Amino acid sequence: MASKALYSHRDPVLKKRDDFEDILEERRNSSDLRYAFKCYTPVLYRGLTPCKAATLKSMVLQSEQLLHVINQVSAESGESTDVVKDEAAAILEEMAHRLQLRTIRFFAYTLSKAFKALYRSVCVNEEGIQRLQQAMQEHPVVLLPSHRSYMDFLMMSYILYTYDLSLPVIAAGMDFLGMKFVGEMLRMSGAFFIRRSFGGDQLYWAVFSEYVKTMLRKGYAPIEFFLEGTRSRTCKSLTPKLGLLNIVMEPFFKGEVFDVNLVPVSMSYERVLEESLYARELLGVPKPKESTSGLLKARKILSEDYGSMHVYFSPPVSVRSLAQGRINRSQFNLTPRHVAQKPSEETQAFVNDVAYRIVRLQQENMVVKPWVLVATLLLQSVEGMELTELMEQTSWLRDLARMFGAFLDWPDHTPCSMVVSSSISLHRNLACVSGSRISLVVEGPQGPETPEEALFNRAVSVLSCASYRNQVLHVFLRPALLAMALSNANSSRKEDIYSCFDFLRNVFSDEFILSPGASVQDFDEACHLLVKCGAVELLHQDVVMAESGRTVLSFLTLLLEPFLQGYQVVCRYLREEATENLTEKQFIPAVRSFAVKLHLSGSLKCYEVLSSDLQKNALNALIRLNVVRRVRTNEQVLFKVNKAAVNSVEDTLGGRIPTQKSILARL
Amino acid sequence: FSCSSSGVKPAVATGLVGTVQQQDIMKWNGWGYADSKFFFNKKGQGEFTGKRYRLSGLILPSLKDWFEGTFGANLQHKSPPSLNTSAVAPPSLNEAFVEELKSTGIPFSHDTEDRVFRAHGHCLHEIFSLRDGRVGRCPDMVVWPNCHNDVVKIVELACKHSVCLIPYGGGTSVSSALECPPEETRSIVSLDTSQMNRILWIDEKNLTAHVEAGIIGQDLERLLNESGYCTGHEPDSMEFSSLGGWVATRASGMKKNIYGNIEDLVVHIKMVTPRGVIEKSCQGPRMSTGPDIHHFILGSEGTLGVVTEVTLKIRPIPEYQKYGSVVFPNFQQGVACLREVAKQRCAPASIRLMDNEQFQFGHALKPQVSSIFTSFLDGLKKFYITKFKGFDPHHLCVATLLFEGDREKVLQHEKLVYDIAAKFGGLAAGEDNGQRGYMLTFVIAYLRDLGMEYYVIGESFETSVPWDRWVLDLCRNVKERIVRECKEKGVQFPPLSTCRVTQTYDAGACVYFYFAFNYRGLSDPVHVYEQVEHAAREEILANGGSLSHHHGVGKLRKEWMQETISSVGLGMLKSVKDYLDPNNIFGNRNLL
Repeated sequence: MASKALYSHRDPVLKKRDDFEDILEERRNSSDLRYAFKCYTPVLYRGLTPCKAATLKSMVLQSEQLLHVINQVSAESGESTDVVKDEAAAILEEMAHRLQLRTIRFFAYTLSKAFKALYRSVCVNEEGIQRLQQAMQEHPVVLLPSHRSYMDFLMMSYILYTYDLSLPVIAAGMDFLGMKFVGEMLRMSGAFFIRRSFGGDQLYWAVFSEYVKTMLRKGYAPIEFFLEGTRSRTCKSLTPKLGLLNIVMEPFFKGEVFDVNLVPVSMSYERVLEESLYARELLGVPKPKESTSGLLKARKILSEDYGSMHVYFSPPVSVRSLAQGRINRSQFNLTPRHVAQKPSEETQAFVNDVAYRIVRLQQENMVVKPWVLVATLLLQSVEGMELTELMEQTSWLRDLARMFGAFLDWPDHTPCSMVVSSSISLHRNLACVSGSRISLVVEGPQGPETPEEALFNRAVSVLSCASYRNQVLHVFLRPALLAMALSNANSSRKEDIYSCFDFLRNVFSDEFILSPGASVQDFDEACHLLVKCGAVELLHQDVVMAESGRTVLSFLTLLLEPFLQGYQVVCRYLREEATENLTEKQFIPAVRSFAVKLHLSGSLKCYEVLSSDLQKNALNALIRLNVVRRVRTNEQVLFKVNKAAVNSVEDTLGGRIPTQKSILARL
Repeated sequence: FSCSSSGVKPAVATGLVGTVQQQDIMKWNGWGYADSKFFFNKKGQGEFTGKRYRLSGLILPSLKDWFEGTFGANLQHKSPPSLNTSAVAPPSLNEAFVEELKSTGIPFSHDTEDRVFRAHGHCLHEIFSLRDGRVGRCPDMVVWPNCHNDVVKIVELACKHSVCLIPYGGGTSVSSALECPPEETRSIVSLDTSQMNRILWIDEKNLTAHVEAGIIGQDLERLLNESGYCTGHEPDSMEFSSLGGWVATRASGMKKNIYGNIEDLVVHIKMVTPRGVIEKSCQGPRMSTGPDIHHFILGSEGTLGVVTEVTLKIRPIPEYQKYGSVVFPNFQQGVACLREVAKQRCAPASIRLMDNEQFQFGHALKPQVSSIFTSFLDGLKKFYITKFKGFDPHHLCVATLLFEGDREKVLQHEKLVYDIAAKFGGLAAGEDNGQRGYMLTFVIAYLRDLGMEYYVIGESFETSVPWDRWVLDLCRNVKERIVRECKEKGVQFPPLSTCRVTQTYDAGACVYFYFAFNYRGLSDPVHVYEQVEHAAREEILANGGSLSHHHGVGKLRKEWMQETISSVGLGMLKSVKDYLDPNNIFGNRNLL
């Protein structure tokens, strides 16, 4: 059942994927009211005796696991157990969902209206639904959708309701509770709320994990959460968070359930509702606080066309089969099950691997729209290009993407020019055609603007566009890293190229989904793809560019160029301007103004370095490479920079010194 | 046993004592007595032959339906044993050893039948091969020592002439412990203890009896009964298994709640090893003299020497014995009740909980009712439980009970247990159901032979596991794993995968699994069976169960020993073996 072949070497084009069905079609032809009041009888987990949300709460409060922690906390703090118990009850009260069918029906009605207004179609793979239905009867199921928009979890519940499947309970951030009324509505439609951070709070952790595990063990409802932790503002997959994944796997490790099935769900939007909001946020405009009035103001989006969306339910991944041979479950035999155990290193590594595997499965089944290819090409000629040239290149890129295994949604029997122009018209807020040229749209104020404002506006459109390009990065990532390694390495020897590749992969492992420890597999995959498209040849101990490979390689190199430049700018900032007492809070604004300065002086053309996401990732990479040290003092976190080492990383990225040397320099 | 005042006919068959050849009255390629077996008569009804058991000579009308329904088996599809007599390799004798043995006057034989009879235990693969007429490496000869001193002589000669010895008691092993290692190049001598079957003395002041280790369980019990005593040690195999075998495998008896397991019963052990005779110098009830050397012997599985004499605790025969049973709405409630009983330390002599599948199986073995009245009563009971009390016939399960002691105390005890059961939704379901439950224990092994006639193979295995939810979770996970593995291995029919809790302890319970399937369509059914059992054992270990509660390790479960007792632990055992038997005279290669 589990796709074991994930890391193995195989031809991605041969991957078989299911067909899609548009669920809005029926909504457009029949009564929404009748739909909302339809007979809803989902198949349940076998042996399940359904219980009310309130019963669930009391089960959690009376669980041995929680009582154990309550006693511990009470012994440590000196509070009476009753006081701690009340605290636990209050935490649970704040957290717990109150799923009820009434609210679901209300949403079924209103969302039908909204979705029909927003989307041309919502396509779901029905075979995936059937597999899910089967899995739900046999094992507790955990739904793991990608997270790009607030729409994600509404859409998930809506789809499950439509197909008469058990409605999920969804882990949501506490920030939603700030929205009067809406928070409670979400709660009644199955959301439960967790604080964004509760690091040391033992009691909170115990209530939270026991709540989730109780639901899982009982098979109460499928559990849904976002591995990425938060909406990805860049539309790139985020490094997975492991907390909840650990929790849902534990009942299997401890033998409380026979198996747990993880179901990756890929949700791809032709146009993301939040697209320009995200770009602004990345440029430092604070995220609007979730509020009901904000939501009401957002009504105007209902009048816009957001194209179509695709939801792909991947085959369930059995935790049992993944753990086979990797986890020795008898390690849990020597402690009573209600005593929480810190996961062993072996377990942590396993959970981490599973998390990456799931995110990659999400990526594999993300649908790539034609516009994504158009945006990718436009970003490589920011000053605009001839429409005919764009058409030609898009068609070339389509073939390349297909060859690399992208899940393209490209209409059959339609000329490429039609496809391109219709996707341009859907995204007219981002690109416009004037005469025979196409260029990015840059919003500007009516009156005169300062150079800073102009830069900001330009950056908004570049980053918005980049959020589309990012949707196809996972397809080209490995070959692109290899292309870059080819141009950086100082010989064509395979070892040299690999060490260059490995270095880049390591540097970018916060930026992209690159499973730890899979460097060799990634390298092989990259070689395989580049050989297949005729861009490189493998000769004995050498990897060399083929005659016809220039176009592909230069495209791939350009694809990652913004990231490479961005990281170099961050390095340069650290080398030139960082003080002894650089604090965590200062870092992002300081890098941003450094980059703005470079831009205004004309020495930098790349906009993506302005993105706080890239800045954070670059910093994390440098910390990982031991070039920057994070020092926690009493009040704040400081960064200590080893300038010589930064310099060497910067040079290695630029291909000015070979990888081996830079590694030595780091030491 | 027969003196029990409840007046019921004993469930255990009466055997013959002291016959030179027990093998004369036993099957050579199946379980138990040659005259007792299940078969389907011309009308397709199940019947059990012989006169030894309560079920003997009765017609079992529901057996066929259960059998066909559970396994998808068909009475038309028979898989009879092949009759071509196997070509057993001729014995490889150590002439010098044989010569010297002759001079001692100890009887021996290298007759093929004698050798084959002692070449196996009762694992599925062993019996299956025998039915196919396949025999692997056999002992080259059999010796029958008559007393401790004979054993000393045999072991001395074996050491002198480098002969491999394999002790043989009742032959009921289910851990491949009796299999001769195929790689053994020396002459293998099976040391049959069956002639050492006397009670040497009974000490009424200390309530102990000194017994030769070859005695068979039921004979020991009967002989003691004649003097008004019993040991109370009743493993399910007691009709055939021997005292020495119990010691060598750390056996457990059904009534251990009153009498204890074998390690609680032994006061003194005498064992002959290649290094000499090991025994304690006194019979003090407890000693603080370093690690208890008895515990090197208990569970040594014939790898260190031969147990020749044992002093056991005995008890006066209980005045009164009463069976009972309780029906629970589901297995979960049943386990909760057993847990509570164990917590209050008020377990009866025996308390067992069968799951739903076994409950149904028990019903399949109900004999034809003699009167309309009984059948009417049965119908009424069923109606009461399922309709009036709302128990789902596909979930309910039953606990069987056995009380022993003075009459008054038994009745008090009984009330206490039924009161606890009631708290967990249990309904008393009568003495008869209880008694039938215990009878099943003895006949179930015969049923496997019936299955093999119709393409059904199966076996039981056991474990011990802590209380809390491990018992429930372990049972569910193991059963599910079995079903799943069968499917993956290409078994065409859903398997029977069922369990029962057979012993309770303060800190956990013993769980017994039965697993059987219809193998039609499989080219190598035994291999499939072994793979599934292997997977089931892995699942048990992963869920916190032990490698074995009382069957032992043998060669079947050896691969998990290191994981189970740590490599240091294994090293300790090995160093004991190296000291006692450096030349591996006791070379059955069990355990280590």
